[in-house]
Amino acid sequence: MKYMLLIYSDENAWTDDEREHCYLESTQLTHDLHAGGHYLGAAPLHPVASATSVRIRGGKRQVTDGPFAETREQLGGYFLVEARDLDEAIGIAARIPGARKGTVEVRPVMELPGLAEA
Amino acid sequence: MSEPNAEQTRQALADIYRSESRRVLATLIRLLGDFDLAEEALHEAFVVAIEQWPREGVPANPRAWLVSAGRFKAIDTVRRRARFDASLESIAREIDQSSPPDEAEDIEDDRLRLIFTCCHPALAPEAQVALTLREVCGLKTEEIAAAFLTTPSTIAQRIVRGKAKIRDTKIPYQVPSIADLPDRIDSVLSVIYLVFNEGYSASSGESVTRSELSLEAIRLGRLLCELLPDPEAVGLLALMLLQESRRAARSTAEGDIVLLEDQDRALWNREQIAEGRALVEQALASRNVGVYTIQAAIAAVHAAAPSAAATDWSRIAALYELLARAEPSPIVELNRAVAVAMRDGPAAGVALIDAILASGDLADYHLAHAARADLCRRQGNSREAQASYQRALDLARQEPERRFLARRLQELG
Repeated sequence: MKYMLLIYSDENAWTDDEREHCYLESTQLTHDLHAGGHYLGAAPLHPVASATSVRIRGGKRQVTDGPFAETREQLGGYFLVEARDLDEAIGIAARIPGARKGTVEVRPVMELPGLAEA
Repeated sequence: MSEPNAEQTRQALADIYRSESRRVLATLIRLLGDFDLAEEALHEAFVVAIEQWPREGVPANPRAWLVSAGRFKAIDTVRRRARFDASLESIAREIDQSSPPDEAEDIEDDRLRLIFTCCHPALAPEAQVALTLREVCGLKTEEIAAAFLTTPSTIAQRIVRGKAKIRDTKIPYQVPSIADLPDRIDSVLSVIYLVFNEGYSASSGESVTRSELSLEAIRLGRLLCELLPDPEAVGLLALMLLQESRRAARSTAEGDIVLLEDQDRALWNREQIAEGRALVEQALASRNVGVYTIQAAIAAVHAAAPSAAATDWSRIAALYELLARAEPSPIVELNRAVAVAMRDGPAAGVALIDAILASGDLADYHLAHAARADLCRRQGNSREAQASYQRALDLARQEPERRFLARRLQELG
């Protein structure tokens, strides 16, 4: 089963050093997960200041600056993993460095038949 | 086969349903990988048993027979559905090819798997309790609702949501690894104790006790102790045994309540007390003394006392103080107040209870008013005692408790 691990934290709470260290640690984690057959993808996101929101309303495209919702903690990155069950996914989530500063939300990914292969 | 035999078989079937249906369900969930399919299969297995057993007799191993019948019925069900949804065929094949289990040990493990799944921390706490009572203990939705002072539809919704989360997020049907156990054990302990209390003091209705539920909780506690070296699991088992030991003494044949101080201590179950006290010693010897162990230690002091007057109330008051520090709660304060009253006299207790009631926490809790009434009665203050008994009677829901309070009121004239 695929799980999306969404990493939320207050993006202003990180120092440059902490962020750099987090990237290094996360990179190592992707290699460990890959070796165990769990890794499908991962990436940090640029801060929400870079976010752009797009909506179609009445057939008309509306493009606005900023994230979908202003929140105290923001989505800062993700891991997409293959895990046997929720317990294994929770075990992986607990190894993500972002879990020590923020929160990792574990969401099972629905299998939609007929999607294009990457 | 003659009619009386068929009648006996029907009776045996009813007994087997009571004793085996949850075990059979736990195993079917593992084999079928789906709560709803397993419940349906369990139901159908008993339907077949009702048809066949009176004719052919009760099978040598009814549990294995029911698991096997349920499994075949589930394969039928999935095959039938597969005619409309081809993707189900592979599921039916999987179930068909999975080895049918009849190892007794496997079946015991299945109950533990079911407990850990129902008490998974990814489920909302109220869903954990509702699922455990429904699936592990077989309580009806209405009974769970009554125990938790809510409506059956609320409980039904919690169960449906819980099952949906188990299915959609793939919560595994397994006993957690040793590394994960400490994190997982707490919620299991609290759920087991809630089940015990539901059996020890039913929330409403005719009977004070529902012994089968308490025994079920004790059995679950034992199973947990076998599996886990956790001292709090030992403490909880001790606590349940020591409370259970007083069962025969705590109500009359008519179902009326007998208070601890008035109980005939000869009726206390010595075997359960001996086991409970030994377990308390074992749990206290560990470095982490938790709330269940402290409560068990309190119960052990009562169990060792030849009479209420000869009880070591100083030790009990000290243990309640320890408990209040470990887990502050107004209920613990109330119990401490009663222990202090026994040690220092009723006036000291009334002052403490009045302070608790003034804070508003237990203003609607009938036992707080009943405890106050009792202490006022001991002081010889009938007017205050009457007022508090009346308040307690207005708030009490359980019939035996209401009768007890009405009797006390009458005695005061």
